[in-house]
Amino acid sequence: MTTLKQTPLNATHRAMGAKMVDFGGWDMPVNYGSQIDEHHQVRNDCGMFDVSHMRVVDMKGAGVRKFLRYLLANNVDKLTMPGKALYSAMLRPDGHVIDDLIVYFMTEEWFRIVVNAGTADKDIAWMKAQAAAHAPSLDIADHPELAMIAVQGPHAREKVWEALPGSQELSAGLVPFSAVEMGTMFIARTGYTGEDGFEIMLPAKAAPFFWKTLAEKGVKPIGLGARDTLRLEAGMNLYGQDMDETVGPLESGLGWTVDLKSERDFIGKAALLANPPGKKLVGLVLLDRGVLRGHQHVKTVHGDGEITSGSFSPTLEKSIALARVPNGVQVGDTVQVEIRDKLLNAKVVKYPFARNGKGLI
Amino acid sequence: MSNPSNLKYTASHEWVKTEADGTITVGITQHAQELLGDMVFVEAPAAGRKLKAKEECAVVESVKAAADVYAPVSGTVTAANGELDSAPEAINSDPYGAWIFKMKPDNATDVAALLDAAAYQAVVDSEAH
Repeated sequence: MTTLKQTPLNATHRAMGAKMVDFGGWDMPVNYGSQIDEHHQVRNDCGMFDVSHMRVVDMKGAGVRKFLRYLLANNVDKLTMPGKALYSAMLRPDGHVIDDLIVYFMTEEWFRIVVNAGTADKDIAWMKAQAAAHAPSLDIADHPELAMIAVQGPHAREKVWEALPGSQELSAGLVPFSAVEMGTMFIARTGYTGEDGFEIMLPAKAAPFFWKTLAEKGVKPIGLGARDTLRLEAGMNLYGQDMDETVGPLESGLGWTVDLKSERDFIGKAALLANPPGKKLVGLVLLDRGVLRGHQHVKTVHGDGEITSGSFSPTLEKSIALARVPNGVQVGDTVQVEIRDKLLNAKVVKYPFARNGKGLI
Repeated sequence: MSNPSNLKYTASHEWVKTEADGTITVGITQHAQELLGDMVFVEAPAAGRKLKAKEECAVVESVKAAADVYAPVSGTVTAANGELDSAPEAINSDPYGAWIFKMKPDNATDVAALLDAAAYQAVVDSEAH
């Protein structure tokens, strides 16, 4: 039996009654009670997630912006204000997706990157290999000693301000998708739920106390189960499901994050320009009774496709999915999804499905 | 919640209640619903369908996952619980009340041979390790 990795909040989750599961090698809370209640809690009020398994990587040194211009598919030149963040894919030379990440511009000599847990080691190895060839003087250091707590929901920011004296003065002025340092903490107005809130990085030792303080202010703990339905409703990709190293960003709904228009060269650009994809990512809402799940087969008049992420949407009270289908499929079409031995009808929709407390379908 | 002692059980986490007329009522256990979490969809077998013991005959889906429900014994389906179509969460709130289907067993002795509450609890305990 392999030993699961633990975040600094492991004992705290257990004490709060979490059901723990193996989540990509990490022992993580999937829910504390009802996953659907936890979902609504975030859409309607606020909740907190332990996302300490995600990895912080700092890139420091002269020329870091120039290096990131080449490393990432999105253009870091969009980042002009210190603290501002950008969502980007990191591609292989063949245009396939190594990972999706968030990069924060702090100073011209310091950019902070947050990558997925399951891909962190390969990401860092890739970054270091590219830096060795193109920017050998850069210092690239990851910070597994940092914990990360996401507080999300319409009342999330005020709860953080109550729990963390001094934070309101620093973070009240943050525009969405930007961050500020507070001592050893890093407060970002980002998230993975389609709701307002903060993601807060802090030293591992301080995490249990901060979590308990948030709980005392009425912030409910939320498991990774609800995190998945919240991100799916919000139309946010999950690496390993909606894209991976077998596909590119353009067929994964990430075209808006790829800058193909500017003169800038980046890893994967030539491959993307040379191979326009025949498929795209769309939203599906199931019209018949059942539940859409990843890997279910989709039949359309333009050819076959596949669901990449599917679940039940607590906000819409319907089953929803992201699916990779032929380019000819259009919003409003009805397609068939193979579930066990039946073909069920699903409608093609423009996603996100729900954000900011409301269903959008 | 303990497993009611008047019911029979399967190692695949169904409970079985013998009715006065010899038919049986089938649902999933407290342990099974807890593992699956919030139920959002139930597909029960149609009345009249003939089932073999251990045959996949119903599906319960939670937000997290889909799980098969197996026929505890061979027999013929006599009814499906249509109330679960609109209220699948009843399986979470009342697992031993929210039945999924009823069937007429081919042999009553097959039902008698199923697990009792203590034997089923031993199955649950062994899975936890």
